[in-house]
Amino acid sequence: MLTVKDLVKTFPGSKGEKGRVRAVDGVTFEVEPGHLYTLLGPSGCGKTTTLRCVAGLEDPDTGVIKVGDTTMFSSNERTKVPANKRGLGMVFQSYAIWPHMNVFKNVSFPLEVADRKGRLGKSEIEQRVGRVLEVVQLDHLASRQATDLSGGQQQRLALARALVMEPPLLLLDEPLSNLDAQLREEMRFELKRLQREMGITAIYVTHDQVEALAMSNRIAVMNGGNIEQIGKPRDIYERPSSKFVAGFIGTTNFLEGRVGRREPGNVYVVSTPTGEIRTRSEADLPVGTDVILSIRPEHIGLAPADTGVPGPNTWRGRVETRAFLGESVDHLVHVGERRLQVRCPTTVSIAPGNDVLLEFPADLTSIIPADR
Amino acid sequence: MAQAAGAGWRATFLDRVDLRRVFTPKVAILAVAMALVGYLAVVPLGYLLWGTFLSEGGTLTLEHFRRAYTSQYALTTLAWNTLLFTVGSAAIAIPLGTALAYLNVRTNVPLKSLVFAASLVPLIIPGILHTIAWIFLASPRIGMINQAVEPLLGEEFFDIFSLAGMALVEGLHVTPLVFLLMVAAFKSMDPSLEESALLSGGKRFTVFRRITLPLVKPGIYAATLIIVVNGMSSFEVPALLGIPDGIWVFTSRIWRVLSGYPSDYGQAGAYALSLLAITTVGVFLQSRLSRRGKSFQTVTGKGFRPRPLELGPWRWPAMGVVVLYFTVAVVLPMFVLFYISTQKFYQPPSWETLSNMTLDNYRYIAEHSQVKRAFRNSFMLGIGSATGVMFMMAIISWIVVRTKVPGRWALDNLSFLPMVVPGLVMGVALLFVYLRAPLPIYGTMWILLIAYFTRYMPYGMRYASTSMYQIGGELEESALVSGATWWQQFRRVTLPLLMPGLIAGWIYIVMVSVRELSSSILLYSPGNEVLSIVIWEQWENGQSNELAALGMVMIALLVVLVTVGAKLGAKVGVKSE
Ligand SMILES: Nc1ncnc2c1ncn2[C@@H]1O[C@H](COP(=O)(O)OP(=O)(O)OP(=O)(O)O)[C@@H](O)[C@H]1O
Ligand SMILES: [Mg+2]
Repeated sequence: MLTVKDLVKTFPGSKGEKGRVRAVDGVTFEVEPGHLYTLLGPSGCGKTTTLRCVAGLEDPDTGVIKVGDTTMFSSNERTKVPANKRGLGMVFQSYAIWPHMNVFKNVSFPLEVADRKGRLGKSEIEQRVGRVLEVVQLDHLASRQATDLSGGQQQRLALARALVMEPPLLLLDEPLSNLDAQLREEMRFELKRLQREMGITAIYVTHDQVEALAMSNRIAVMNGGNIEQIGKPRDIYERPSSKFVAGFIGTTNFLEGRVGRREPGNVYVVSTPTGEIRTRSEADLPVGTDVILSIRPEHIGLAPADTGVPGPNTWRGRVETRAFLGESVDHLVHVGERRLQVRCPTTVSIAPGNDVLLEFPADLTSIIPADR
Repeated sequence: MAQAAGAGWRATFLDRVDLRRVFTPKVAILAVAMALVGYLAVVPLGYLLWGTFLSEGGTLTLEHFRRAYTSQYALTTLAWNTLLFTVGSAAIAIPLGTALAYLNVRTNVPLKSLVFAASLVPLIIPGILHTIAWIFLASPRIGMINQAVEPLLGEEFFDIFSLAGMALVEGLHVTPLVFLLMVAAFKSMDPSLEESALLSGGKRFTVFRRITLPLVKPGIYAATLIIVVNGMSSFEVPALLGIPDGIWVFTSRIWRVLSGYPSDYGQAGAYALSLLAITTVGVFLQSRLSRRGKSFQTVTGKGFRPRPLELGPWRWPAMGVVVLYFTVAVVLPMFVLFYISTQKFYQPPSWETLSNMTLDNYRYIAEHSQVKRAFRNSFMLGIGSATGVMFMMAIISWIVVRTKVPGRWALDNLSFLPMVVPGLVMGVALLFVYLRAPLPIYGTMWILLIAYFTRYMPYGMRYASTSMYQIGGELEESALVSGATWWQQFRRVTLPLLMPGLIAGWIYIVMVSVRELSSSILLYSPGNEVLSIVIWEQWENGQSNELAALGMVMIALLVVLVTVGAKLGAKVGVKSE
């Protein structure tokens, strides 16, 4: 549905800075129809800039942007479709609700400014707007002034305005970031439901990893103008391909080591200063490569030293502190020189000072080359 | 989807043809607006230079300057008079306007709304009426004040026909401009800065001098600029009060050499260029000063609730200042005008004259066809120029604030340029252009419209760009993404959001256009008289009673206009948090 290839966008640097700011630095990705595709990354990594390039609000330096079969931008073919001819829907971070119009007028605007040829009749416009307002549950507020809406209602209004043209692609720039925590969670499910039921293809920009994991079909993790990794939420979480991705999404334990041996079935034996760990990886890493292991706290098994069975991938350690978090219990465990964070269900709670056995599952321990 | 793809294909195709890309309606509108601003700001000054330095034969010459500065009207005399007059009016307006603003914003002085009214009403009274009223108040022989104080201070105590008198009248009239700027400055100042100084043991006056004044320096610099430019370009006061006693300044000389027969355009150009040069130097010096003042601009911000300073026993003297100003600047002039407008001929007020009032003068102006035409002309020109300026400046400020068009800063400066061009200089420059250019504009109302449009462009730009900065860019971008063309976006999103600012600017420009005299007096022709010209002519013919009646009606109409406009502006104002 959307193809972005080798997209580069630079801005002139401010006074005192040398050269240009490379806000987007060679980004390539593809979005399948019906998917909710998330651009995830820390502040300033170029998410908004990428989205604005797709919308036509920024002119990229180089690259190709295609929606369906239409080339929206291509630096080689010198093609550029202006923003108002792309027919995409966009929800801005600030919502950009027009304060001088009421709810109905805000939504009907895109239909009213359509080309004379494609413009709908008055009654059709009314029907269409009514339908969209119903979908976002604002139909009872149609004649209210837009500035008199609550935060959540404004957010839904912005969504309705973006949807009313029935765009092939919906662009969402941190649509939930202005809402308070509870409303944000509610709207997250609401948005996902709408997107799935209406079969909309959407690009979703956020720096909130929980949001990204909960809503997306695919996630592209961005850093410094580049995409670091693309994958399904679960893959990104369980098999991060770089130290940055592992650290940015969720909490994790890093262990430095070196590939010691390779065994059939893609099994690597990594030796670390604290001991050996066996993991599986699709990557092709020669023996002797410096690597980093990333292990999520909740993937480490924990048992009192006297009850557990020592085996492969099992280390011995001592609990230093523990913290009760409501849904889980966090333990900080000393292993040799290292401290590891281990998250257990509330049924497992071991007092500080006790010896424990730690077990690392081979499938959920990611192996990342040290230079990534 | 198919439709979007179709549109996309067409746009793609068109975009490949470079010419089509260049001549979109957006580019056309922007180009026209930019060209017009450039034309209006630059061409008259170019013609002025050309016409002043070139002789009939087309060679470079200083002959016009030699003729202008004879021993009787030496350059130094004119410059000295202009300087004294300007400095004098600033010395009255700036302390007075600042004090009134401070009292109004930061203290608990009684009768605050009176302060506000007192400070704004003089803005509405046209300068020529204000000056004439002062002649009746303080001319040596017939002045009412002189007659009132005669038993105490002797005959002919006040002489309004002097440099001091001129400075006083001008200063009182421009005090509201200072007041408005300083109100804004005091409002944006965090009062806790003052309070902490008070708590550290400073005396109230010390705090005002050491803390408050330095903090509002940028506001004072801005006020000084306006007052200085205003003093140098002032025409009504030097013409009516200076000429009788032979106190000449540049503006009154320009008028004199052009109103004589035959008109001496070369000499007028020489005076105009000299004045322009002095004004430019003044503005340059001022901008140097205020650049140093910029470092204080950390005082802007919001979130504090200004708590008025307790004046204690000083409340009553403070109120005395306010009442005195109100009396001198508003009550006395308005009373004089009203009184004269009810008399058949001028005589000092007495029980007899006060009980013999007449409406004859009002009847006269209601029936006089020239007066009726002047009303129509003035309001048509005022509304026309205000509407044109505000619309154009909405576009120009959009270019300056929103786009990255190269050279937009030049556009910004060009639209401010006319600000330093005195009205008479603008008049001379436009004469130079349209006496020579083969356009049928001289002798029509169009030349007045062009003059007003050019002169008030800077004010329009100020109002428009201030509001433009307050509108988030995403509001426009979302219209664009919704499929709106540039024009649809501008008309349906940008303009409505700008409207409160545009209306405020519109009211201001209508008001100053209707009072305009100094450009009009050089550019009008019989049949195209505006109100201020009719008043001027009646003054020269000695019809002061009819003139006063006309003035009263004019002021009443302006008050109605401003009130209705302000109400309207409040109504379209977008509700926002
Ligand atoms: N108009 C601009 N001029 C100059 N630099 C810009 C401009 N817009 C963005 N940048 C720079 O480009 C980089 C990427 O900005 P972008 O807005 O895409 O970040 P983001 O990923 O959306 O961040 P956030 O999560 O904070 O919104 C930043 O370093 C930013 O400073
Ligand atoms: Mg962003």
